Amino acid sequence: MLWDWNYTFEILPELARAALVTIEATLIGFVLAATLGLALAILRMAKNPAISIPATVFVEFIRSTPLLIQIFFLFFVFPHFGITLSGFTAGVLALGVHYGAYCSEVYRAGFENIPRSQWEAALALNLGIVDTFRSIIIPQAIPPVIPALGNYLIALFKETPLLSAIAVLELMQTAKILGSESFRYTEPITLVGLFFLVMSLVSAALVRLVETWLGRVGRRV
Amino acid sequence: MAILLAFAAGVVLASYAGFREFLPGLIEGAWVTVQITVLGAMLAVVAALIAALAKMYGPWPLRWLAIAYIEIFRGTSALVQLFWLFFVLPHFGIVLEPLTVAVLGLGLNVGAYGAEVVRGAIQAVPRGQWEASTALNMSRASALSRIILPQALVAMIPPWGNLFVELLKATALVSLITLGDLAFRAQQMNQTTLRTVDIFSIVLVIYLCLALVLSQSMRALERWAARGIARGRVA
Repeated sequence: MLWDWNYTFEILPELARAALVTIEATLIGFVLAATLGLALAILRMAKNPAISIPATVFVEFIRSTPLLIQIFFLFFVFPHFGITLSGFTAGVLALGVHYGAYCSEVYRAGFENIPRSQWEAALALNLGIVDTFRSIIIPQAIPPVIPALGNYLIALFKETPLLSAIAVLELMQTAKILGSESFRYTEPITLVGLFFLVMSLVSAALVRLVETWLGRVGRRV
Repeated sequence: MAILLAFAAGVVLASYAGFREFLPGLIEGAWVTVQITVLGAMLAVVAALIAALAKMYGPWPLRWLAIAYIEIFRGTSALVQLFWLFFVLPHFGIVLEPLTVAVLGLGLNVGAYGAEVVRGAIQAVPRGQWEASTALNMSRASALSRIILPQALVAMIPPWGNLFVELLKATALVSLITLGDLAFRAQQMNQTTLRTVDIFSIVLVIYLCLALVLSQSMRALERWAARGIARGRVA
């Protein structure tokens, strides 16, 4: 018997509970990533090299090292500096910082597409740097990059199984525990794969929908 | 910029006491990481070319197979794929070595992303090139292999560079299927010596250096491949 339906229905409720943890980690992680990414992108644009260079180095460093090692770093190394994080917090923080670095590149592309005249107009109107960003630059820079951010949301979602490495009871870890209890890995791991596949396909379709909607809104203006 | 970063990282490392103690073991792990990256990259390129060509020009069964491959491997997590190959396939009587699982899983995963890169690069070749090939009485197959693909290959080098760095970073996942790569060695040493800060700092820097070497060599390959191609405005 390759596939046991009774066993499948038996483990479904537990996997569904774990799926909630996965979704929770995804959403909190992405809010972090979107915020941190915006902050990093703005810092990288600073005229003062003492601000822009460390921000650039930070982004490059985060982007060229594996997320798994970053998760381990937060989970195992931070306690040595007196900061003990729970597995969930460390994992979500690592996801947020890692994808924050990626998102900052997306925002940067958005900022670079703003015509120079917008900056000049803001200067002519005597707007401060905060007002320039808040009322002129950001409202124009963000909407075009929303689809790209959406793709990173999906990518972040697909990286949440890494949290199982620090024993967070998300979907993958739960599937592994179920598998080791019953010695049947086929059903739990296949179900996890299906869950990710369906969620990714649905959210990719949503991103495409938002993209066309934004395109239509953009044309109307 | 990149070279400076690597140099600074090297200086920090060399002045480190834990450097000499942990480095030999970590280098052994890094060697496994490099092997998986190279083998996985080769598999990824082959899989991507086949899948992209099948999706674009194949008869419908092949086309659907290629689409299914691309969507399944892009739609699920790399870790889930590795676990599936490692834990589920044995139930179907297929037992693979951890190294095989790692190369197969990561190579096919990156290959699925690469297939879209290949497709984009082929479609970016101007239509006129196809028309000129037809005018010269070339068959579709020879036009593809002698005119279109050579031009597309040059255009797809930069995105492949990004994918290879992603692949390098994804190799850290294989430590979770008991393969002794860099991440695995780091965890092992961490459990025996508890010198957590030293070990994980060194490991981060090793990955950074590997990624820099990889991206710099891809850039060199890009320059080499693009020689003789006229780009940009005539001065």
